[in-house]
Amino acid sequence: MNDKKVMVEIEGVNKIYGGTNHVVKDLSISVYEGEFLTLLGSSGCGKTTTLRMVAGFEEPTSGSIKVAGVNIENQEPFERNVNTVFQSYALFPHMTIFDNVAYGLKIKKTAKAEIKERVTNMLDLVQLGGFEKRYPSQLSGGQKQRVAIARALINRPQVLLLDEPLGALDLKLRKQMQLELKRLQKKLNITFIYVTHDQEEALTMSDRIAIMNDGVLEQIGTPTDIYERPASKFVATFIGETNLFEGCVSGIEGDAVSVTLETGTVTAKGSDYQMNEMVAISVRPERMQYSFEPVEGFTIEASVKEQVYVGSILKAIVILPNGNEVKIERLAGQSIPTDGKVYLYWNEDDAKLIHSRSQVFFDAVENMTFSSVS
Amino acid sequence: MSKHKMKSQTIPALTMVGPVTLWLAFFVAIPLLYVLVMSFCSLDSHYNVQFQFTLDNYRRLFDANYVQIYLQSLLIAFLTTLICIVIAYPFSFIIARTLSKKKAILYMLVIIPFWTNSLIRIYGWRTFLGTNGWLNNTLQTLHLTGAPIEFLFNRGTTVLGMVYCLFPFMVLPLYTAIEKLDTNLLEASSDLGARGKTTFLKVILPLTASGIFSGSIMVFIPCLGFFFVSDILGGGNADVIGNLIERQFQSGNNWPLGAALSIILIALTLLLVKLYQKCGGDMDSLGV
Amino acid sequence: MSRQSKRGVKKVSSIIFCTLVYLFLFLPIIVIVVNSFNATTSKPYLSWKGFTFDWYMKLFDNTALLSSFGNTILIAICSTLLATCIGTIAAVGMYKYKFKGKSAIDGLLYIPVVIPEIVLGISLLTLFTNTHIPRGVLTLVLAHTTFSIPYVIFNVRARLSGYDNSIEEASMDLGANRIKTFFNITLPVLAPGIGGGALLAFTLSIDDVIISYFTNGQTKTYPLKVMESIKSGVAPDVNALSTLILLGTVVLVILTQSGIFTKNKQ
Repeated sequence: MNDKKVMVEIEGVNKIYGGTNHVVKDLSISVYEGEFLTLLGSSGCGKTTTLRMVAGFEEPTSGSIKVAGVNIENQEPFERNVNTVFQSYALFPHMTIFDNVAYGLKIKKTAKAEIKERVTNMLDLVQLGGFEKRYPSQLSGGQKQRVAIARALINRPQVLLLDEPLGALDLKLRKQMQLELKRLQKKLNITFIYVTHDQEEALTMSDRIAIMNDGVLEQIGTPTDIYERPASKFVATFIGETNLFEGCVSGIEGDAVSVTLETGTVTAKGSDYQMNEMVAISVRPERMQYSFEPVEGFTIEASVKEQVYVGSILKAIVILPNGNEVKIERLAGQSIPTDGKVYLYWNEDDAKLIHSRSQVFFDAVENMTFSSVS
Repeated sequence: MSKHKMKSQTIPALTMVGPVTLWLAFFVAIPLLYVLVMSFCSLDSHYNVQFQFTLDNYRRLFDANYVQIYLQSLLIAFLTTLICIVIAYPFSFIIARTLSKKKAILYMLVIIPFWTNSLIRIYGWRTFLGTNGWLNNTLQTLHLTGAPIEFLFNRGTTVLGMVYCLFPFMVLPLYTAIEKLDTNLLEASSDLGARGKTTFLKVILPLTASGIFSGSIMVFIPCLGFFFVSDILGGGNADVIGNLIERQFQSGNNWPLGAALSIILIALTLLLVKLYQKCGGDMDSLGV
Repeated sequence: MSRQSKRGVKKVSSIIFCTLVYLFLFLPIIVIVVNSFNATTSKPYLSWKGFTFDWYMKLFDNTALLSSFGNTILIAICSTLLATCIGTIAAVGMYKYKFKGKSAIDGLLYIPVVIPEIVLGISLLTLFTNTHIPRGVLTLVLAHTTFSIPYVIFNVRARLSGYDNSIEEASMDLGANRIKTFFNITLPVLAPGIGGGALLAFTLSIDDVIISYFTNGQTKTYPLKVMESIKSGVAPDVNALSTLILLGTVVLVILTQSGIFTKNKQ
């Protein structure tokens, strides 16, 4: 990925509203040409603000944004070669579908014949051929969404920004549109920056995912990276479900880290950990092993609380002696504990070691101690 | 960056809101200040306004004749508002609850009369009610009465004229409030065992109260000033505060006194609007 | 009583009630229309003396009446245009931007709406005398614009409350600058509100008596001419003109209702 050209470069961007409301904190992201990058986070995490700063509707309080190597700080939204697909679609209610899609070209004073040809092609591409004369109010949600996408794509932008474009659609349509969007993106090879709070959507569509929390970039990486190697507790719990076991580093031997938990000591793989550091071990529910008999090595005794049936998946919730709940997940057809006592354990490879506090926090604490000594 | 910010916010805001601000300042705020100042001015021997401070104008406001007209004015406004509510409420209810196509027509029929000049319509009432007007002629032809009856020139006909002029201002807010009523709510109420009367008192009335309030404001306040209605139909027997002011500015030529009388009207308006806001009224619903 | 017959009684009584209300509203208009065909020539032109078209013919000789009507139309057009422009731009500006003194402007806006017209009339009279602005068509236009602006703003504002701000952003995003966006997007979308406000402003202007009464100087508007003629008994030619105006507006409304509004349903 690194040999690819950088299309959008967000560097040290901060956004502060009204002097105190710090919504984006020192954000740096590079988006590569032709990449599908998703900004993922819960509402209020700053992802939409970031998108709006790239579009030009908001200005960074500090930091810079470059598109294709050009600093766009002083460009108005209508001067930027990026286009946006809005969450509310933002179709012009007084114009036909044709006029909506043709709007950008008309503003650029493109020749009439070319407009007609390009609009027709674009509508065919989003499977809306024949809808030219309708008005937005006569379309369904999914159709409106396609018009919004067509209207943005027809301008052949360097970057397409999508702000929760599928948020208002029902589940089935959303799944279908996810695939369609991905197909379009591959076909046109346009850089997409996609904002969503739906982790499943992010995992399905993205080349890379940037997870934001409270204005801070928590982790950026491929869907596999993020899911398999979460960099923080936030990421581990935000992406998919997981079971976290808090503990303290009690021994380091190469990349084997011993962690003392409440219920015993267990080893996990990891580097850059320090002795006595607070850490967490994340085990995905589908990787959680159980047995009805005591097993050798590390194990936790638990009792089954309830069982949940979710169609293709079976879930069991068990309770640890300290009252914490642990989830176990299996595909339908496999067995899952229904009641009584179980012994939990996991394979070393399935246990992901995570710093319990962020490194930034650690540095800050160290600095404080240092300064208080001197 | 901050320069860019200036460009994108301040200038558009200023160009858009500036004109209206200047206009309102020059044609609403300053004139009202003039009136306030003038109410403390005195007249010289040639009836010219002099900028010499006096409280005389305010003292004259307590003249028994004037006080009687204030009370009469309030009575007329009160009766007009009451009659408007009593007629307009069921009326708005019926038209707001009819089927959509008919509804638009019924609604238009309330507005159409107001495209004819209001003076001439008021005069139409005079033609109808006058001693040799239509009503008297009909009554006499039918031998229901021997001599023509004088219907005109009293408080009753003035109230009639006021109701006539201001009726749509009661219908419009009521219609809006009633149209907003959720039918499910009424069904829910009757579903829960409420009878018609209870549903009305506990559900419909509270939900449409805002319409009654704004309608009342829009009827009551103009009543105090509509001097031409009491001129044409009251014939000097049913003057309102508006008549007093009009006289001072036209024939009476005592502008400071007229200004002081206007201050009363302004104070009364402010009082009523405050009361309206206390009742939870929305200022924007007074607009249309 | 059975439920059905109860409902029947309810329906009949509500029809009777509504008919009576409409009769009340239209009675004076019937009087006006009928009297415009009254052949009477003696003041105060009340008793019915037979059918005639004379008054409609005579109307065209009554230049004073016709010119007053011309004034009314001129003033209504000018003040409506002014109020609509200022009001629309202001409503959009006040919706979009936050600034100090917004509530003060709001407060000023409500004054012409709630205050009795006579107060606005005499205060404008005081302003025009003190600033030595000669009273006439100009002062009438200024006065009418003043009381029309709030109605335009309220109408546009009502439309704005259901307005999706992002369509403007979408327009800019697609390459249109602010001015193009305003004319291509904002204005057309707000058009029904603006139209409603303008119609209201026009209606208020042509019907205004009280404020015109204090700000007219020597200029006569149609309502003021009517006021003048009331003293001597309204002549049937005034009724004839009123009938024609009513006819004109009704036709206009029927045309717009059936034609323009059906074309662009949203």
